[in-house]
Amino acid sequence: MNTLNKLLLAAFAFFATAVPALAQEEAMSLDDKVSEVFATFTGPFVWFVFAPIPGTSFPWIVMWLVIGASVFTLYFAFVQFRFFGHAISLVKGDYSDPNDAGEVSHFQALATALSGTVGLGNIAGVAVAVGIGGPGATFWMILAGLLGMASKFTECTLGVKYRNEYEDGTVSGGPMYYISKGFDELGLPGGKILAVLFSIFCILGAFGGGNMFQANQAHAQIAGIVGDYPGWITGLVFAVVVFLVIVGGIKSIARVTEKVVPFMGILYVGAALIVLIVNYDQIGWAFGQIFAGAFTGLGVAGGLVGALIQGFKRAAFSNEAGVGSAAIAHSAVKTKEPITEGFVSLLEPLIDTVVICTMTALVITISGQLLIDEATGNYVLNEAGSAIATVGDTSGVALTSAAFGSAISWFPFVLAIAVILFAFSTMISWSYYGLKAWTYLFGEGKTAEMVFKCLFCVFIVIGAAARLGPVIDFSDAAIFAMAVVNITALYFLMKVVRKELASYSERLRSGEIKKFTH
Amino acid sequence: MTMKLVIGLDGHSSGEKALAFGQQMAEKTDGCALVVVYVIEWSPFTFQTAEENAQRHKRREEEISVATSRVVEPAVAKLKEAGLNATGMVRHGNVADTLDNIAKEEGANQIVVARSSDGGFSSRIFGSATANLVMNASVPVTVVA
Repeated sequence: MNTLNKLLLAAFAFFATAVPALAQEEAMSLDDKVSEVFATFTGPFVWFVFAPIPGTSFPWIVMWLVIGASVFTLYFAFVQFRFFGHAISLVKGDYSDPNDAGEVSHFQALATALSGTVGLGNIAGVAVAVGIGGPGATFWMILAGLLGMASKFTECTLGVKYRNEYEDGTVSGGPMYYISKGFDELGLPGGKILAVLFSIFCILGAFGGGNMFQANQAHAQIAGIVGDYPGWITGLVFAVVVFLVIVGGIKSIARVTEKVVPFMGILYVGAALIVLIVNYDQIGWAFGQIFAGAFTGLGVAGGLVGALIQGFKRAAFSNEAGVGSAAIAHSAVKTKEPITEGFVSLLEPLIDTVVICTMTALVITISGQLLIDEATGNYVLNEAGSAIATVGDTSGVALTSAAFGSAISWFPFVLAIAVILFAFSTMISWSYYGLKAWTYLFGEGKTAEMVFKCLFCVFIVIGAAARLGPVIDFSDAAIFAMAVVNITALYFLMKVVRKELASYSERLRSGEIKKFTH
Repeated sequence: MTMKLVIGLDGHSSGEKALAFGQQMAEKTDGCALVVVYVIEWSPFTFQTAEENAQRHKRREEEISVATSRVVEPAVAKLKEAGLNATGMVRHGNVADTLDNIAKEEGANQIVVARSSDGGFSSRIFGSATANLVMNASVPVTVVA
């Protein structure tokens, strides 16, 4: 086992240092080709998902997510604020029956779901949002995060309520299960069709945002440190390691990652706090930029609407509220009350978007990486006019890296390790989400699982080789397509959750549900 | 008044010593009941993959059945053979807290455990299960050397 790990490390080091020089010319053209074919192939799908509302430049899909989150927020009367304290108690284990010790705890389900969402969205995605939409995008991101807590609550409650429990003690859950079972229970038609549609989009999302985007940004990060080299090499190394974990069953790699990732997250927030403390005199100014930019745009591409779209898009991509992925992760928890898992899950968008994403946005704004025209106080656009000009013409994760690097010179190296680990843990999580959708469609079986896992690894290589533009478009499109189906179903099923909520709060008030004394 | 002892086993030879000591005490006391406990070290605050979570219930059942058949049942059988009133249980959790909670639930007079067999770095920082139990238990604890 140890020898294998060492071999892998050695192979990785070799690829990262030696190969770039060898194959540069030939492979660059391969990367370009992959990118081109990919863009042509996914173009129509991306166009449809991001089509603007007629007469405006506002993509309908962004509106769809925000309306969904707002409807759930109102329908459940601001559940994300009313039950916030209760959610914390649940995670602490105050309401856990000691006789259930040894089952998946609320904390574990939350941590697993978070390790699938906290990652590149928080580092690279925010940089993309702020780079295009300006600091004002942060305001809309936070708002979308707060509203998204209600979407997450709804879907995760249903995820546990309608999961499948098999005789051997394992469980499968997620939107495909609650859509088909829930619709049947309510006597609504079309549940099966929606569930199949969701599964298809979930598989695409697993290949896109859960895989290609991660590989792509991890490669950008490594290339930024060791110098440019063909992306398919990074892709291949990642593919081999992921293959060893999900096919080879080498759990130790996954286990190590799952233990290191939370510490990386804490380290990341810690570093962001240090940057903010060092520049404490500018925090007020940065918030000023965020608020001013949110309503005026400060001259960024697309103005106010541009900031809003970017903010909403990145929030959704980062915390995945309304997308349905978290419902798959949360459905493993053992609880007599499905709704408790809903309460716990509403903490995710808060931690992911409202805390971590905002940190990144503040650091980028304060770092001065975004160029400002001193005469007008507005941001300067780059030559193409598509984004704000930055100091080293950086975007995505490279922008975040430069922002942190301007305050802590060695931090880009730590960030590179964090990005690689985040990318890896997100891939592992999404390989599971995709697999659950795949087995829902094709049945649980060794062959079906193997086909999916191999395809998943192939997409890692494609993702690392393609350019950021087409990859990010496809990733967003696939993940938002999941949300189209999921939120549609949630509108029909939300009354089930409301009944659960009413019954639970009544029993909580009467003292029937009480804390266990430990 | 009847006497009730909780005996904590660890699956090692040191646990056997605790069992033997408990048996001796019970034989000298009329109507003494024995509760043999094996605690599987587990914390609700660890990090797991989605796949591990999905299989957790199954694994838990397996862990309980292995501990029951290999550790607890043989011990209970041995005590019953000696004509004693013995029951067994397997729980997940922090060893010290769980033994103490069981003692409280069962209304036991005393907990019997073996001297901790694990040493080294982590027990120097966090303390061994035995040391934690001795410091925090709500009933008298006998540590068998």
